[in-house]
Amino acid sequence: MLTFQAFEQVESIILWGLTATVVMTTIMLGSQGLGFSRLSLPFLVGTFFTGNRRWANIVGVGVYLIGGWFFTFFYYLIFIGVGQPTVWLGTATGLLHGLFLLVVLLPLLPQFHPRMATEYDGPTEHQRLEPPGFLGLNFGFRTPLVTLLGHVVFGAILGAAL
Amino acid sequence: MQSSQKYPVHDPHTAFQSPHDRYPPISDYALIGDCRTAALVSSRGSIDWLCLPHFSSPSIFAALLDNQRGGRFAIFPAAPFKVQRRYRKHTNVLETTFTTDQGVVRLTDSLSIPNEQAQNVLHPQREVLRIVECLQGKVDTQVIFEPRPDYGRTRPRLIQRGALGWACEMGSEVLILHSDFTLACSDEDTASGVTTLSAGERRYLSLTYARHDIGIITPLGRYADRRCDYTTQWWRNWCKHNTYQGPYHDAVERSALTLKMLTYGLSGALVAAPTTSLPSVIGGVRNWDYRFCWLRDAALTSSAFLELGFNSESDAFLAWLLHSTRLTWPRLQVLYDVYGEMHLSEEQLDHFQGYRESRPVRIGNKASGQRQLDVYGEVIAAAYDFVCHGGRLASDEKRLLRGFGKVVCSDWRLTDQGIWEDRDAGHHHTHSKLMCWVAMDRLIRMHKQQHIKVPVERFARERDLIRQSIESKGFSHTHGTYVNRYEGDSVDASLLLMCQYNYRQAHDPRLLATFERIERELGNNGFLYRFPEGFDDFLPPGEGAFVICSFWAVEYLARLGKRAQAIERFEHILSCANDVGLLAEEVDPKTGGARGNFPQAFSHVGLINAALTLNQVDTACSQTIQKAE
Repeated sequence: MLTFQAFEQVESIILWGLTATVVMTTIMLGSQGLGFSRLSLPFLVGTFFTGNRRWANIVGVGVYLIGGWFFTFFYYLIFIGVGQPTVWLGTATGLLHGLFLLVVLLPLLPQFHPRMATEYDGPTEHQRLEPPGFLGLNFGFRTPLVTLLGHVVFGAILGAAL
Repeated sequence: MQSSQKYPVHDPHTAFQSPHDRYPPISDYALIGDCRTAALVSSRGSIDWLCLPHFSSPSIFAALLDNQRGGRFAIFPAAPFKVQRRYRKHTNVLETTFTTDQGVVRLTDSLSIPNEQAQNVLHPQREVLRIVECLQGKVDTQVIFEPRPDYGRTRPRLIQRGALGWACEMGSEVLILHSDFTLACSDEDTASGVTTLSAGERRYLSLTYARHDIGIITPLGRYADRRCDYTTQWWRNWCKHNTYQGPYHDAVERSALTLKMLTYGLSGALVAAPTTSLPSVIGGVRNWDYRFCWLRDAALTSSAFLELGFNSESDAFLAWLLHSTRLTWPRLQVLYDVYGEMHLSEEQLDHFQGYRESRPVRIGNKASGQRQLDVYGEVIAAAYDFVCHGGRLASDEKRLLRGFGKVVCSDWRLTDQGIWEDRDAGHHHTHSKLMCWVAMDRLIRMHKQQHIKVPVERFARERDLIRQSIESKGFSHTHGTYVNRYEGDSVDASLLLMCQYNYRQAHDPRLLATFERIERELGNNGFLYRFPEGFDDFLPPGEGAFVICSFWAVEYLARLGKRAQAIERFEHILSCANDVGLLAEEVDPKTGGARGNFPQAFSHVGLINAALTLNQVDTACSQTIQKAE
């Protein structure tokens, strides 16, 4: 039933999913460019696929946008499951998403990222990326803040628009 | 060779406190670079100067300018040692061999050149790679890692990240030291340790840097050896473009390699020197920041590269010129940063002691706001050399050069600060007028050779007017010589360039008399000062002889046909290069000691041009003899 509703909303999900992902990516990459954090999620995603820096950035942004749509669909299912989508529900979902990324996913990343070094084994010929550490703090002390901000805005846009 | 004697481990804060170690002579340093930035390495294995990510960025290590606050990255035996250094042949990879009573270790230093062909491998933005190999016996080897970012204004915190090594965060930048040496943090900001190395053992230190990006940590062992080998091969491949076969080949090649290190590979700009505030006189105030691209120096270097067969460097320089001067076009600023940034304010670092108490330590350069008319001539002459060597000008480059020509037509009558960058209101400098003449002359030649279209009649008229002006006001009938300023009384060494640019032939009586006067008034022990003592450049007197001016005299002597004298003079100047062939901006004429920023592009350009001129004279002589036979 939920999935059926989601299909009915597919145009809205595609449009607002893209918008929210673009805004989140802009916040994250803008923060990187302004020196608030060295974290680049698209680059981390792109290096799953290639070790070529230029292509990693291009592929990473593409995959990240597609991932944004996937998460939009997921958010929508949460909104429908909990009740009506609202800004506050979207914000709370985004916050939870951001926290999960910072607390669980980023610290685990060295264990499954093919090009990331670990603090236990050190770098190898192909595993050379600096690991993010807990809350992504290795990439700067403001990293948790900008990551949460990006995800909260992502959630808030979806909560308001869907 | 083995000994049971134990030497005390040096406290990282006091290891460099002996009078020699606090501030070694300027010539004690060798340079390593990756065409992005460069580091000065002392004979004691200490990197005392490194700016990241590029030449004019704030320093990470600056013990060169403040032994206590500047920071360093040192590797050296704990026991007393003797040192031998050399660059690997045809490269900028430095090998320092320390010999102690217990054994011998070799330190190989390089700034890694990334292998772009290696697929699926992430390269760091910058990497300082240091490989330590014990060749004989057992040697206690000490490492001191003391980063002091932002000219020592930031006290960093070193964090150990397990097998990844030590990280030093500086806002949006990170330095990561990955090593198989055992290091411990003595304070929060210094890591050090001593490791005993046995014969055949190799250890590695890889210092990587990232800005606004996720750091890349490079593996050690055979992977580090491969990176070092690739860097070695990269430099050797570059050297293969060198077509020079004349005398002093090794010195010319070393100069070319040094100039290449001072080229910013990402833009084609060339910095005058990799350092700031190394003094012209110890304890003096003539301490300037040379980590920028002076168009004059870069244009002359571009021409020197062309003469040696390195055409792509000249091509890159013209491309950079086109890009960087877009905002000021058709006018040229004196200097820009490596990305073409024009606003280079000057600042003093009052917290720095300065090299042997030579204060102030300056960053940035006020000369960026000066008018120096000679720059147009040097840039246009570089373009002329480019087309003479088979280069083709793009349409926007032609437009650029035409615009410069028009500026010369309108501005050559104005005063300027001249080649020596007077810090007063300005004068009519004869050298500046000469270079305006060169600008007109070369544009007309390029027009005649159909490389460019210019208003040739107007340019020819202006060229002739400039010549008349030089001959009437830049020549003193009282002395029978050219003078450095219109209707002035003094000479300076830049007048020797009249011969180089074919304004007058070497045997011309006016030039001959000028040369003799320059020799008499500016010469000292085979070197030349750039201008007379007490010359009113509004700074306290006292500076060394200028290396490039001394080479100009060699060129003049060679053109004059005094070959033996020219060779003797050339070798005398060459003897002031340090053990690895590097030259400073100036030398002390009595001791031959290096002074000023180091190594200096201008000095190495002078060396190359002098060697080329000697070679041309030799070739011309042998052709004459063959014809006679």
